[in-house]
Amino acid sequence: MIKPVLLWSDALILLLLWSVAGLVWLARNNETLRGPWRQLLRNPVGASTALILAVYVAIGLLDSVHYVERLPDTPGQAARYSGEVRSGLDWALTPLRENVEKTYSAPFATHLYAKETLKGPDGGELRDFPRLKYGGAHLADARQDFWPDLLTRGGLGMLAGLIAWLVFFPLFQRGSEGDLVATASSAKNKSPLTLLWERGGLAPAFAWTLLAILLLVGLLIALAPNYHILGTDKVGQDVLYLSLKSIRTGLLIGSLTTLVMLPFALGLGIAAGYFGGRVDDVIQYLYTTLNSIPGVLLIAAAVLVVQVQIEAHAELFNTAAARSDVRLLALCGILGVTGWTGLARLLRAEALKLRELEFVQAARAFGVTHSRILLRHLLPNVMHLVLITVVLDFSGLVLAEAVLSYVGVGVDPGMISFGNMINGARLELAREPVVWWQLAAAFLFMFVLVLAANLFADQVRDALDPKSSGRK
Amino acid sequence: MKTPMKGLSVENLSVEISAGNRLLKPVEGVSFAIGRDECVALLGESGCGKSMTALALMRLLPDGARVASGSARLEGEELFALTEAAMGDVRGGRLAMIFQEPQTSLNPVMTVAEQIAEALAAHRDLSGNAVSAEAGRLLEAVGLERDRLAAYPFQLSGGQRQRALIAMMLAGEPEVLIADEPTTALDVTVQAQILALLRDLQRQRGMGLLLITHDLDVASDMADRVAVMYAGQIVEWADRDSLYATPRHPYTQKLFAVLPRLDRRGERLDSLPGRVPPPDAVIIGCRFAERCPAVFARCRKEAPGFHESAPGHFARCHLAEAQTIPPFLKGGPGGISTHAGVPTAANPPPPPFEKEGSDVLAVRDLAVHFPIRKGLFRHTVDHFKAVDGVSLSIQAGETLALVGESGCGKSTLARAVLRLIEPTRGEVWVAGVAVGGLSGEVLRKKRAEMQIVFQDPFSSLNPRMRVGEILEEGMAALLPLTAAERRARIAQLLDQVGLPGDAVGRYPHEFSGGQRQRIAIARALAVQPKLLILDEPTSALDVSVQAQILNLLADLQAAHGLAYLFITHNLPVVGYLAQRVAVMRAGRIVEEGPAERLLTAPQHEYTRLLLDSAPGKHPFVGQVGA
Amino acid sequence: MLNYLIRRILYAIPILLGVNLLTFALFFMVNTPDDMARIHLGVKHVTADSISRWKIEHGYDKPLFFNEKAVGAARAADTLFVEKSLKLFALDFGAADDGRDIAREIKTRMWPSLAIALPTFLVGLLAYISFALLLVFFRGTRLDTAGVVLCVALMSISGLFYVIGGQYLMGKLWHWFPISGYQPGLDAWKFLVMPVLVSAVASIGDSTRFYRSLFFEEIAKDYVRTARAKGLSELRVLFRHVLGNAMIPILTGVVVVIPRLFMGSLIIESFFGIPGLGSYTIDAIQAQDFAIVRSMVFLGSLLYILGLVLTDISYTLVDPRVRLE
Repeated sequence: MIKPVLLWSDALILLLLWSVAGLVWLARNNETLRGPWRQLLRNPVGASTALILAVYVAIGLLDSVHYVERLPDTPGQAARYSGEVRSGLDWALTPLRENVEKTYSAPFATHLYAKETLKGPDGGELRDFPRLKYGGAHLADARQDFWPDLLTRGGLGMLAGLIAWLVFFPLFQRGSEGDLVATASSAKNKSPLTLLWERGGLAPAFAWTLLAILLLVGLLIALAPNYHILGTDKVGQDVLYLSLKSIRTGLLIGSLTTLVMLPFALGLGIAAGYFGGRVDDVIQYLYTTLNSIPGVLLIAAAVLVVQVQIEAHAELFNTAAARSDVRLLALCGILGVTGWTGLARLLRAEALKLRELEFVQAARAFGVTHSRILLRHLLPNVMHLVLITVVLDFSGLVLAEAVLSYVGVGVDPGMISFGNMINGARLELAREPVVWWQLAAAFLFMFVLVLAANLFADQVRDALDPKSSGRK
Repeated sequence: MKTPMKGLSVENLSVEISAGNRLLKPVEGVSFAIGRDECVALLGESGCGKSMTALALMRLLPDGARVASGSARLEGEELFALTEAAMGDVRGGRLAMIFQEPQTSLNPVMTVAEQIAEALAAHRDLSGNAVSAEAGRLLEAVGLERDRLAAYPFQLSGGQRQRALIAMMLAGEPEVLIADEPTTALDVTVQAQILALLRDLQRQRGMGLLLITHDLDVASDMADRVAVMYAGQIVEWADRDSLYATPRHPYTQKLFAVLPRLDRRGERLDSLPGRVPPPDAVIIGCRFAERCPAVFARCRKEAPGFHESAPGHFARCHLAEAQTIPPFLKGGPGGISTHAGVPTAANPPPPPFEKEGSDVLAVRDLAVHFPIRKGLFRHTVDHFKAVDGVSLSIQAGETLALVGESGCGKSTLARAVLRLIEPTRGEVWVAGVAVGGLSGEVLRKKRAEMQIVFQDPFSSLNPRMRVGEILEEGMAALLPLTAAERRARIAQLLDQVGLPGDAVGRYPHEFSGGQRQRIAIARALAVQPKLLILDEPTSALDVSVQAQILNLLADLQAAHGLAYLFITHNLPVVGYLAQRVAVMRAGRIVEEGPAERLLTAPQHEYTRLLLDSAPGKHPFVGQVGA
Repeated sequence: MLNYLIRRILYAIPILLGVNLLTFALFFMVNTPDDMARIHLGVKHVTADSISRWKIEHGYDKPLFFNEKAVGAARAADTLFVEKSLKLFALDFGAADDGRDIAREIKTRMWPSLAIALPTFLVGLLAYISFALLLVFFRGTRLDTAGVVLCVALMSISGLFYVIGGQYLMGKLWHWFPISGYQPGLDAWKFLVMPVLVSAVASIGDSTRFYRSLFFEEIAKDYVRTARAKGLSELRVLFRHVLGNAMIPILTGVVVVIPRLFMGSLIIESFFGIPGLGSYTIDAIQAQDFAIVRSMVFLGSLLYILGLVLTDISYTLVDPRVRLE
């Protein structure tokens, strides 16, 4: 028996999803708004990065469905629930979560990283690396069977991935409108990928990226239950599990911060540019003041304060998950409140230009109210800037989380995040042999996410910003 | 066409631009020649490929564009075969070019001296004091004081900048100078000076001058020979006198016919329907066929050759082959009727609107002063008097033209009349009510009576709103109409300004400049104004489109008895359209009177200067003795 | 010029006051001195008595804005706001929680910070602008495309990776430099090379791309076309015209950070064990020493405003249109 739990961050994610869906619904019939996005998905880089980001988002969303398990009933008592909040991802990764070794082990290792005193077959004691409890435990002879087993399982997994890709493929083709009868005849001489390009409007790169992702997923599914693909950390937890769990934290910081930042940046930036005069003076004073404080220090100061407040009111948060959740939200809030100045300044400059434009003058000649001018004439004409900034900021925020967690003002030390993974592992580089896999995994997962986001952001900018067309 | 040994000869030049997966051909098969000692005008409307031709000759085409074929020989030397380094010696040396925008064409952070010295260093073997001495000489040659050498571009006026740019380009003692719309961004008085300077320099130095312009009058003043361009091709090529006396190509004839002039008052202007074909269009026949009043079956099947219809007079037209031009413009028996539905000069002018006698707009002693702040606490030390005591009045059905050069305060005056900016003093009455005393809801309602149409058809419409929403905005704010009534009125408005009904659901970027200006006019009309302020409504448009808009404005005035305050710098338009003219300078009106009197017998010396500076009356060519 | 400076100084006062109010609100009103005492004493030893003793020891026993017990001007003066916040204007930073004088710490620690930050700044700027110019010179070619892709990849890597990777390779594996530490005097260079290299490389992708796009914006301008039409060589066009004009946006982003170089970098100093202001700050954050954090916030704001003034002055050097008045 389980009971769903809605953490505050989950609620905000729902809100975010709901507003994105609303915007898409509003824009569905508007060719001017839809055009750039279609162009984006036709672009090979745009299509494949969008897919990679979608995979990350899917993992993050699955990790945002939280529940608690019901403890075994004791007769005569009301049902009790475990204090440990789990997520859909935890459930899906149950073997990874539960296969906890004693301490470090290298990727694909069958033996522990540290030597222990073991009983030899002859009954005598010897110091050696013990076999892992889970990693490669099914192998009778770890040395002889390792490679054949790895190749068989890996091969089967990738084969499954390939099959899945082939199953998916016709879905894309049928998903496009168009006269199937008419195209059937002309389709004969064309490769499936060309057809996909022509009908579905997606770049062929999309299909190749999908293939790569499915092969990788097949490989992971086949191997992960039996091996620690990325090794284990100091307390023996699977690093692949940790890496996957870190994704939600990174995504949250990147997106919720924006949610906090946008109202400030939009409201204050546009108002400053449009009204000018005193309003402008006050808003400029505000953002110069905020800007003058070194960013990390301001964030640190605010996080320290929040931390003290959370500790002082520990009774409000009944689970560890709820506590780290509040800390995460506070961090997003702080990053948002301190981070609106850049976009606000950009919007102020744009509003300053727009208010002199003749269509705004024409609206004023009609006696249209200020609020309507702001809403109908200014806001829609700066939305592309907002969107470009939001997408560009996202990757910066994901990277910032790691640094802040290192400084000690990031997410809760108990929360799984890229920053905490790096922080926990950086001192282990001094060991012999080097424990590199935890760092490498965190950096790799972060790199793929940020690279995809950066490339995607470039494409968004090219599609939306008329000025940037022609240069990269 | 025979190729002169001297000067620049261009043969069969084509330029291609690859944009995405489309291939554009903005210039296709262009041939012409400029001898030393002569000025050739490359004449055409926007987008016809004339600037692209010039940039191709300089080998300065933008990224993505390239010369696809053709040759350009300077004194017999093939420019397209030169290495980039060798071309560097030619560029700014034997072949130089000046540009349209003096505001942006000079490097803002270098002095004039440095920028001239650079050119001297690149093309002349000068050093030390000789450089600055030569730079000074060049400045004097273009009519600037030697002490301007130390000036930065921002310290110079527009005309001075253009002179400085010319000086830079003379540094290499060019054999041919290309001038790309050199005076389009300048005021008419400055334009006259710069044109005179160019002509003088061309004479003195014996260089060839390729003048790129859209202005028929400028070309007629300056050019010895004229090439008319349309849709990437040269359609006519002739001596100036021959071309202006008997234009052979229907397009050239149309260009003459659509010009507004004082002697065309009250007539409807001829118009040129349709649009220039886009540069990626696949055209089998004649490029002008779709818009041609003389089109016949062969035009659509076969591209016309370049025929010599009179000695030295070429036209790219099947009709020129026969060496007879049917008198289609006169509508004679051999003529071909003009496009159906397009009114021609033969149509009777609309009946004049009955005057009511009372003023729709009356302005008394209006002034707009902007404070100049200085010092520690930014206190006001002086005022910039943008508008300084202006009085004028317009009656219903009347057009008052407000003429003046840039910065004279005419646009500020318009905005002050509409109370988009607050006047410093003075009174504005609209339909008998003093607007200055109004506020809040009363002012808002009053705004329905006074509306404005702006110059730039691109920035005057919100790109994120559909045409229907744009037209509805004013009605929703000012008129007590239901949604259904508003929809009906929008349909009626679109019809009135000659736009299709389905425009309602489309966005502004789907329309051409002229169509956008129609939308802007419909937007202003939507609230049934009595006064329409037209702030340079046609100066961003091509002459053929300008004619359509002027006709529309005349129709609307006749139908609704609108009072127009027509702000412009274009004197021929004034002569054609306005009953009365007010000439404005430095915030004041220096002369006002009926259009015929003011344009033919000006009293004030500034008015005379404006009229004398207007191009089209002083063919420099005629002054040449032998 | 003088008028300008006076006006800027006058404008700095409300900004610094705003910064002070903000930090004061955070540290004294959202968090009370009682909270602070509780953290430092640890949960177990908290009694009302020990809290008030801690507050007296560290000078937190006064009212926030208004002292009812005092008389005359002291009513407003003998308060936490004046003691802890307004005194910062006189650069009187007070003592840290461990009793040491913050001002003296700042004076000794800013030199190691500067020794890292200044070379990093100069080397970086030179490298980024050179790379960007190189890419712009080869624009439209494969080299440019590859350069941009490389930039995006480099900027997608976490800064911590550069630090950890650099330390591991140059320090542990190749033994080029000591992994961390610092020594004053001439031997300092051994400890400085690696942090400078690492931090310069860490922002190479970001900055090169930024400067490249600045140059691209300039290269599309009309005056560049004029320069080409004069027959100038591509190199001269790039260096004299494009770079000359791009200096204006470059200075906007660059000059403002110069005064802040004194404050060092948190991450670099902490990883490489440099006893500068950056590691001082990070230690204070981790020890929750609010007195130091407050001082550093104030110092940072002050230096930022100084940077804005320097930026404006630097404009007059590269842009003849700017006159400070």
